[in-house]
Amino acid sequence: MSKENRPSNAGSLWTTPFGRREMLRRSLIGAAGAAGVALFGNPVLRALAAAAADPVKPAAQGKAKAVIQIWMWGGPCHLDTFDPKPSAGHDYTGPLDHPIATNVPGITIGELLPLLAKQADKYSVIRGMTHGNNAHETASYIVQTGRMPNDRLVYPGAGAVTSLFKGVDAGYRGLVPPYVVMTELQGRFSEAGFLSNRYKPFATGGDPAQKRFEVEGVIASGVTDDRQHARKDLLDKLNTLGNAAKGEPQMAASDLARKQAYDLILGDAGKVFDLSQEKDDLRDRYGRTKFGQSCLMARRLVERGVPYVTINYKGWDTHKQHFQAMNRLLPELDKGFATLLADLADRGLLDSTVVWCGGEFGRTPKVMWEPPWNGGRGHWGNAFSHVLAGGGFKGGRVVGETDSHGETVASRPVSPADLIASIYTQLGIDLNAKLPHPEGLDVRVTPRPEEGVAGGGLLKEIM
Amino acid sequence: MSTVRLILTCVGMAVLSAVAVHAAFADPAAAPAAPPTGLYESSDSLTGDNPIDKLVLVRLKELDIQPALVCSDSVFVRRVFLDVIGTLPTEQEARAFLTSREPNKRAALIDKLLERDEFTDYWAMKWSELLRVKAEYPINLWPNAAQAYYHWIRDSVRKNKPYDQFARDLLLASGSNFRAPAANFYRAMQSKDPASIAQTVALTFMGCRAEKWPKDRLAGMAAFFSQVGYKPTGEWKEEIVFYDPAKCDFAKVKAAAVFPDGVPANLVADRDPREAFVGWLIDAKAENPYFARAIANRVWSWLVGRGIIHEPDDIRLPSPDNPPVNPQLLAYLQSELVKSKYDLKSLFRLILNSRTYQLSSVSRSNNPQAAANFAFYSMRQLDATVLIDALCQITGTTEKYSSATPEPFTFIPEHLRTIALPDGSISSSFLEEFGRSPRDTGLESEGATKATAGQRLALLNSTHVQGKIAQSRKLGAIIKSKASGRDVAETLYLMILSRFPTPEELKTLGDYSQSGAVNQQKREAVVDMIWALINSDEFLFRH
Repeated sequence: MSKENRPSNAGSLWTTPFGRREMLRRSLIGAAGAAGVALFGNPVLRALAAAAADPVKPAAQGKAKAVIQIWMWGGPCHLDTFDPKPSAGHDYTGPLDHPIATNVPGITIGELLPLLAKQADKYSVIRGMTHGNNAHETASYIVQTGRMPNDRLVYPGAGAVTSLFKGVDAGYRGLVPPYVVMTELQGRFSEAGFLSNRYKPFATGGDPAQKRFEVEGVIASGVTDDRQHARKDLLDKLNTLGNAAKGEPQMAASDLARKQAYDLILGDAGKVFDLSQEKDDLRDRYGRTKFGQSCLMARRLVERGVPYVTINYKGWDTHKQHFQAMNRLLPELDKGFATLLADLADRGLLDSTVVWCGGEFGRTPKVMWEPPWNGGRGHWGNAFSHVLAGGGFKGGRVVGETDSHGETVASRPVSPADLIASIYTQLGIDLNAKLPHPEGLDVRVTPRPEEGVAGGGLLKEIM
Repeated sequence: MSTVRLILTCVGMAVLSAVAVHAAFADPAAAPAAPPTGLYESSDSLTGDNPIDKLVLVRLKELDIQPALVCSDSVFVRRVFLDVIGTLPTEQEARAFLTSREPNKRAALIDKLLERDEFTDYWAMKWSELLRVKAEYPINLWPNAAQAYYHWIRDSVRKNKPYDQFARDLLLASGSNFRAPAANFYRAMQSKDPASIAQTVALTFMGCRAEKWPKDRLAGMAAFFSQVGYKPTGEWKEEIVFYDPAKCDFAKVKAAAVFPDGVPANLVADRDPREAFVGWLIDAKAENPYFARAIANRVWSWLVGRGIIHEPDDIRLPSPDNPPVNPQLLAYLQSELVKSKYDLKSLFRLILNSRTYQLSSVSRSNNPQAAANFAFYSMRQLDATVLIDALCQITGTTEKYSSATPEPFTFIPEHLRTIALPDGSISSSFLEEFGRSPRDTGLESEGATKATAGQRLALLNSTHVQGKIAQSRKLGAIIKSKASGRDVAETLYLMILSRFPTPEELKTLGDYSQSGAVNQQKREAVVDMIWALINSDEFLFRH
């Protein structure tokens, strides 16, 4: 365990019990392992040893400490956002035919993103994204795992991998779980893949734009603190089987999980989620929407050391009424994303926080004017754009380009594997490290050449 | 471990002596509430009357392991409901069983459960996990086909179709994924090249992980599936699985086809090579080393919580690796299964009636090999689906499910229980959090649930679970009723834990309702009591 990953707030209730037992386990395995003494006689140790039979080596210190992933579920249109093609004509641009200059000469972006245009020096636009798949669930898998869906394995997404190498096993001792999704899980994409559900994200539920952000499980309405404590005492007394079989591995694991949950309920985690502690005008700048306030919440979380936060941003699957949806969504994206970049930069957090924004694919460059679409756009996995900022990535650049109509990648293709591997590199995660597979298969953080994931390599241009 | 047992025995005695408890919850006039046994253990020990028990005992004696006592009636009723029908007994069912004086009431209950509709639902779900019935990624059956496949499986379970027939139907299936549902067996895998099909077949019906085999053995088996063809039709997402001799040259197939036991196959031209494979796997004399063994071992592990070969889908024959811990026991189960003509229900019945199955989960041995040799019942957390159904049953509420795939949207009636959901892609955050089988690979370990903090948050404090309790009309009626505190407690204990409360528990409850912690109103006290019970390990685990 590197020093940097050691507890910054060692007294945190969230992980202290685990930390202590983990220490005990390590010291016992260290002492007993070689001599082969009866370590397995003790069921608790047995369980804990089994849980981490192949201990994970924590990530080295990278330039980045955290990732905020703005996941645009459904697939945003690259032409209307970060790869405008005004000369392609009305059939491609629709009404959005006046892209705007940014504060970086030579880079133009969609006209509905004026605030982001003022901050282009902070981010780079990856216009060469490609994987060729047009099905939501498969494309989501490819983009978030960097793997092609061609074998029996279901790989973990970038958040779960980060949680593995920078989370509790790597010494993370924060108040809040190391991988948080706002506000809902994706549902059609299994974040943790073959890693156990221990690496799944914590979904906040609730709505941060509401007066009180009721984080599912952490903040319960109508139960006072006194009653919470009284209930806990009652449960301790009525847990007859659990108390009788305390030494059993299953009971020990259950007890540990319950303690961790109580650390969130009774500890200070509630304050982390309390957006009323933020200034009103800053909240206004982010936008008083679910997305805007999720961006603000994400900043609060990384500020407190959470290594991976996903904002699951829905509504981008615009087969019909596409331009109406853009008029509604893009200003919201613009406010939230731009304010997030500025706020992170103001607090000196942008250098250590990767902000990654994009969806599973782009959208059909040629507008489908015909019925039943009446001005919609379909799925487009051949070419699309993602945005990367902070965490050691340079701003003000464009990586890759598409043809004059945004239909194919003309130069510098970037596969999702390239992009994710670049993020891992910034985080200090060893690309060749083994992932703990339940059957002990030899699988690595990023695909090896024989797995046949084509791309253009790490994003060295901006690293 | 003996300390644990001592405590439990003391509790049992305390129940008998019916010590005075707090006035609000005590009712001295009531009939003795608890059965005349310990809380979790009966006084019976493992004896060798039944062939299974005899074989288990022989092995335990060799290893000098003391088996646990046979479980109490209250443990049994809960356990057998959860294991056999994935459903919690109702208050009435638990009470009826516990107060019955029938000497053969355990065997009678087993017979009854094996005929319940929930048996069909629960085991159709199990098979749908192993056969990967899922509309979306990474299986991509698509909703129509997932439904067709599920209903075919469910129907097979309902009819108790002989297992050899079930396997044969799947392995030899051809036709449209909508009209010949078993053909989906060949679609429900991520890659459909012959080697991947062979791996899936080996995992499903041989209990083997063929990716670890020597390459030539896998190639020899893959040849039998090299003429499985796929073609689309004019209908959206329809696909035909068929015998396609043009797909791979017969001479090549004939040269390559070797059964996994090393015997070359003598294939005949113009016959689907799958037939030869099935003839080897499911042979008339039941001498195949994998087929009956794999399923006998699976059924044992489903009920007892651990395979005789463990993991149950990690049979490594002909390698001596990972041998059965009790070869005679496995051989016995296998021969009984074959004798019954692959009647899975009768194998269930055989195992469930053994005392080995009925052992308490309280171990009496410190021997590290005790669990692997079935010296006590393995505790395991409830399946995600079973848990949410249990919470719904207790509170009289339902869950809302909808499919994310719009083509077409699957309509899910509100009263449908979660164990009866046909499609693995139809899910909820609760199910995901609690580790429901993702149906990705067909591995048994996929659905094993481990305790996490997120799960406990959901149970302790989420609006979802709190809401179920708060909005429950069923619980509301109990709270409002004029019954004494003690009667309320008894009802709730039977509903949630399938047993009567102990005097100590009654005292705790009495004290709680009088304490300043809750509003002196009955409602809050009872709500907190329900909350505590559904958060207890006794509720969350099969034990």
